[in-house]
Amino acid sequence: MTAVVHTWFMLGRQVRNLLRQPIWIFIILIQPLFWLLLYSQLFRRITDLPGFGATSYIEFLTPGIVIMTAFFSALWSGMAMISDLDRGVIERFLATPARRSSLVLSQVARSAITACLQTVIILGLGFLMGARVHAGIVGWLVILLAGALVAACFAGISHGIALLTRREETMIAVSNFLGLPLMFLSSTLIAFALMPGWMQWAARFNPVQWGVIAAREVVETSTDWATVGTHVAYLLAVTAVTSAFATWSFRAYRRTL
Amino acid sequence: MDAIVVEGLEKTYPKGVRALDGASFAVHPGEIFALLGPNGAGKSTTVRILATLTRPDAGSASVAGHDALADPAAVRRAIGYVPQQSGVDIEATGRENLTLQGHVQGMRGGKLRARVDELLAALGLEDAADRVVRTYSGGMRRRLDIGLGLIHEPSVLFLDEPTTGLDPEARARMWEELEQLAAAASLTVLLTTHYLEEADQLADRLAIVSRGRIVVEGTPEELKRRLQGDSVTVELGNGRVEHAESAVRALEGVREATAEANVIRARVENGGRAVPDIITGLEGRGIDVASVTISRPSLDDVYLHFTGRDFQAEDEEGTTP
Repeated sequence: MTAVVHTWFMLGRQVRNLLRQPIWIFIILIQPLFWLLLYSQLFRRITDLPGFGATSYIEFLTPGIVIMTAFFSALWSGMAMISDLDRGVIERFLATPARRSSLVLSQVARSAITACLQTVIILGLGFLMGARVHAGIVGWLVILLAGALVAACFAGISHGIALLTRREETMIAVSNFLGLPLMFLSSTLIAFALMPGWMQWAARFNPVQWGVIAAREVVETSTDWATVGTHVAYLLAVTAVTSAFATWSFRAYRRTL
Repeated sequence: MDAIVVEGLEKTYPKGVRALDGASFAVHPGEIFALLGPNGAGKSTTVRILATLTRPDAGSASVAGHDALADPAAVRRAIGYVPQQSGVDIEATGRENLTLQGHVQGMRGGKLRARVDELLAALGLEDAADRVVRTYSGGMRRRLDIGLGLIHEPSVLFLDEPTTGLDPEARARMWEELEQLAAAASLTVLLTTHYLEEADQLADRLAIVSRGRIVVEGTPEELKRRLQGDSVTVELGNGRVEHAESAVRALEGVREATAEANVIRARVENGGRAVPDIITGLEGRGIDVASVTISRPSLDDVYLHFTGRDFQAEDEEGTTP
């Protein structure tokens, strides 16, 4: 219980600090807009490809952009931990009864909340551009959940790496190394059926792909709820694992003190 | 019962740096106790062990009656820790920093708000309370650091190098404030410092730390008294400092003499009686004396006496871990 309360307090601090950065707010609002406009124009003719399946690229793209945005934001989220470590904030809390887990899990929660905010913006814009979530309000909630879970999953990885390396340069290298490959090993921008066989195989193990599948399924006219359920469950499981990795890394960091 | 008891602490860092080599001391309740030593002596490591941030390889430590190794959670509730590097959140306001610190210390609602206001006033930060810390001066940040350590009215406060990085004026003001705070709250304070004047000014008792060990422990007055006599500093008008040094050392009533550049420092039984002898002795050998000063022993002399090393030289050599 104390852990939950402390996570809440720590989360309050992070959200407040983010809201104080006008540039951050501007970017999280504008960036999804850019993705949606750029990709929808760049790949407009892609639906003409034989075997693509979907007829509306914006409808195909919107859930993909939700997941992609959540994924990239979360991948970089560990930078906040490095800055807290550098500024001695973490050490100050370690000499208090603050729950150790709350220092890490609040960061994971912050990523999930940011993702939800961006999801709402993307879905709203997608709606204006003609994308409809055919599963209705439940569908919107599923997309929010999928985005939040993808963000939480990669925030766990990002913070684990941040705590193990404690260096911005390494963090940047790792994020760059993981970012584009994981995005292209998914059907974020292109239909799964059009991916080469080996990439299809690899994508099955990619949490980004799980998120894309769950989110896209509820946009389509005939939602297969079993598919949605399975992939949300995968995401829950992998998020639990990456959060555990981040807390384990935090213990490893404390042992180096 | 003592507020802090440290026995035989040993700590070697992974890279083989021996930070503590069997340090032992005790701090009485309500006193200001200083760990005085040059950079790299092991002061910060000691405080970090007492604040439950790091564990020693050997030895025991108890704080406010709780074992720092067996029951760190109880220690964390009883202590305030002000680290050497400021731990404030610079993106948040002073009030927000204090409130969050109170929350994790289990304080809530009106009681916490009242305590935050009280501390902001005591630290002279009322006007800056709702500004983000990024806009604070170094001295203001340091005061906020101390406020964060005091929010839950701890019984023991650790101050790791509280005035390092402050200009002399801010340092003097900080000394005053610390004295007032400690007196008002009947708080036990353990501070580390590499400023001899700071230990002299603030500490009821102090321990000199050198290379991971406690060299000597006592009140500043006691330690100075143990170096009986006075120090005499002689500035020479012309060279031949080695001759001068041996000449001074040979005089009656002179215990030790060291030479550095054109200055001779001597420890004598009685300064008033020794000075004429020193001057005539030197002039007799054709050495000009430019100036002579007599002083009571300082902590500099205490450090030199107990460790056999010069404090300033040691401080510049050592690296802060």
